[in-house]
Amino acid sequence: MPLTIRSLSKSFPGAKALDCVDFDLRAGEVHALLGENGAGKSTLIKCLTGAYRRDSGEIMLNGEAISPSSTSEAQALGIGTVYQEVNLLPNLTVAQNLTFGREPRRFGFIDGTAQRAEARRMLSGYGLDIDVGRDLGAYSVAIQQIVAIARAVELSGKVLILDEPTASLDADETRMLFDVVRSLREKGLGIVFVSHFLDQVFELTDRLTVLRNGRKIVTEETARLDRVRLIEHMLGRELSMTEDAARRKTDPNVATRPEVVRFENFGRSGVVEPFDLTVHRGEVIGLAGLLGSGRTETAELMFGVRTAASGEARDETGRIAHANPREAIASGFGFAPEDRKTDGIIAELSIRENIILAMQARRGWAKPIPRAEQDRLAADYIEKLDIRTSGPEKPIGQLSGGNQQKVVLARWLAMNPRFLILDEPTRGIDVGAHAEILNLIRQLTDEGMSLLVISSELDELIAVSNRIVVVRDRRHVAELTGDDIATGPIVRAIAAEAAAQAEKVA
Amino acid sequence: MTVNPRFYPLLATIAIFVLAYTVCWIQFPAMLSTRVVGNLLTDNAYLGIVAVGMTVVILSGGIDLSVGSVIAFSGVFIAVVLRETSLHPLAVFVLLLAVTTAFGALMGLIIHSLAMPAFIVTLAGMFLARGAAYMLTIDSVPISDPFYDFIKSSYYLMPGKGRLTVIAGVMLLTVLVGALVAHRTRFGASMFALGGGEQTARLMGVRIGRLTVLIYAFSGFMAGLSGIVFSIYTGSGYPLATVGTELTAIAAVVIGGTILTGGAGYVVGTLFGVLTMGLIQTYIVFDGTLSSWWTKIVIGLLLLLFIVLQKGLLRISSAGQSVRHA
Repeated sequence: MPLTIRSLSKSFPGAKALDCVDFDLRAGEVHALLGENGAGKSTLIKCLTGAYRRDSGEIMLNGEAISPSSTSEAQALGIGTVYQEVNLLPNLTVAQNLTFGREPRRFGFIDGTAQRAEARRMLSGYGLDIDVGRDLGAYSVAIQQIVAIARAVELSGKVLILDEPTASLDADETRMLFDVVRSLREKGLGIVFVSHFLDQVFELTDRLTVLRNGRKIVTEETARLDRVRLIEHMLGRELSMTEDAARRKTDPNVATRPEVVRFENFGRSGVVEPFDLTVHRGEVIGLAGLLGSGRTETAELMFGVRTAASGEARDETGRIAHANPREAIASGFGFAPEDRKTDGIIAELSIRENIILAMQARRGWAKPIPRAEQDRLAADYIEKLDIRTSGPEKPIGQLSGGNQQKVVLARWLAMNPRFLILDEPTRGIDVGAHAEILNLIRQLTDEGMSLLVISSELDELIAVSNRIVVVRDRRHVAELTGDDIATGPIVRAIAAEAAAQAEKVA
Repeated sequence: MTVNPRFYPLLATIAIFVLAYTVCWIQFPAMLSTRVVGNLLTDNAYLGIVAVGMTVVILSGGIDLSVGSVIAFSGVFIAVVLRETSLHPLAVFVLLLAVTTAFGALMGLIIHSLAMPAFIVTLAGMFLARGAAYMLTIDSVPISDPFYDFIKSSYYLMPGKGRLTVIAGVMLLTVLVGALVAHRTRFGASMFALGGGEQTARLMGVRIGRLTVLIYAFSGFMAGLSGIVFSIYTGSGYPLATVGTELTAIAAVVIGGTILTGGAGYVVGTLFGVLTMGLIQTYIVFDGTLSSWWTKIVIGLLLLLFIVLQKGLLRISSAGQSVRHA
């Protein structure tokens, strides 16, 4: 047993983050660590990697008690970590990154040839054919991720912690990463795998441990658990959503409701081929497709982030101006982008300031929103959306992903838009907040708002959409309604791409 | 064999220098001689040396605004100490280098321990050093010392009667040492790492505090060395000398292909940056009718060109990446 943790506890002022947690990692296994945000996963990992000191309990590595006090100490002991955001330097070459701190030297100077040879040796067995003399930043995130793994394995070699490594990878890249992880498992490494993607957990891991509220709930062979049981463990309650009829009852007459906006022959070559789309009042349109198929691009065109080359948007009163986000906002559009951290929130500003951002932008800088009004709005939405925070003045960067997303939603709800675009509204947030956001979507449409929801998770689209548009190869290829809103038809519409491509190759 | 994109900015710098030299040569064939080259190296020796120190600082993501004042201080310090005492100039050099290195180290320490921007700390250093120079003297102090005369009169005669002076040699040696330190040592690798991202560098095991102190100490040392060379070049110490040299050095570094935000660049590029700027001046001297402020205009244009070039290269490389992603 390379890694054994016994009754580990860690408290922060006002909260017990870990409460007598036990955890075992065998050699040659991939062990998933699961839990909602705030369950204690990251605290556990930080105790392992030396970022936090534990209050009590034991960590044993190959039978010896250890107590790392820094990341580099943990690394030297044999515990390597790879984070979601690659913690290597894009401005150094692959070889420099791999050998950093242990560069081969000759006569006191770094030997470039030996350094590259060493880097190639470290990468052998990972199935990468890359030039180690190029900047790391020239390669895709997946390759950077694998380089980071190669470095961690080389430096540590006993335990490898992968903290949400697939969060920013597409399906092919994820497969590539999984092959690497499997080959490391065969070499006898113990691997801890943290992920929000349950599919990936079932695909990759041998065992899993669920944490909830700082306690260990269960450790079990992955194969002996089914999805519903697992989610119940994570939530500690029955998940009504999965047991519901998967789809919401949609109003069959939604198409006869008044139109909110109609896009006609709308597009830009190389971004999204021109499409027609009519949005009705209170309707949810789901946008399904693979990564890079043109989903986000559709949203960006609609919101004026990119300029459309052809077509226009109309409502009953005529043309709608949305050539740039400012015009789009003025026309009653809203957009909660996919990459919350860089495009959605301003981490240093408070919750209140983030909520009033778009509203203030619409009023113009000369007419500040009165402070009392700001406070009222913030308090209002914190309560309405159940944003968990100690107060409206807390910097938004300190909230969990789900709560950040709620603030972004609050920003747009405060504007009361007629048409709101949500790009991956549930990415990177825990299961509980996930369900809350889906409920919120339903509530909004009941109030008459129209939504366009982009998501990689079909279940989610199926659950909320009145209509699903399938995007493929930067083209809107299918529109599904009624009983066709189900996994089968969607997947068939998306998969037609593979067939088409196969023909092209042949 | 394809060229690694890492080298694009460096190659652009060298290409611009070669192109500029070709233009000069076509117009004034006499410019292609070792005499001109020798003078180019000698005239810009002090700038080249201080620019090497500046390159290291900028590569690490910092900036050192104090160097111009430190050069002036060095000249005055040497002149005054030589006038007042009977110390051998070499002993004075050692003393001076100890002072300027410690001064740099102190700025590095403040930058790290107070987590202050390098800009403001070295700006304070700039005023301090200039003020210290004035405290020593407010006049231009001539240096008359046999050792100085000996160094000034020593040179290596290159083929074509060009003179490679001692100070030009010191400059070339400095570039060589700087390049080795930056690109071939663990210190250099850590410095690039710091320029790439402090948080990540720390996670990769870089001791940020120690590194920051060393980097600014290195820059202080180079500024002191540059001051020595400048005092040999001018034969005097004057507290009003080299005002704005720190900015000229920054310009040379950027024209040399180093990215101002840190993490990417080459010390050798800085040499070409310095030489390109010197070449413009030489051209104006050869022309004889042009006013010397044309130097500034051309340098300004070159700087703009390089900023645009760097943005362009960044965009090309990121575009390449997004294509791969799609």
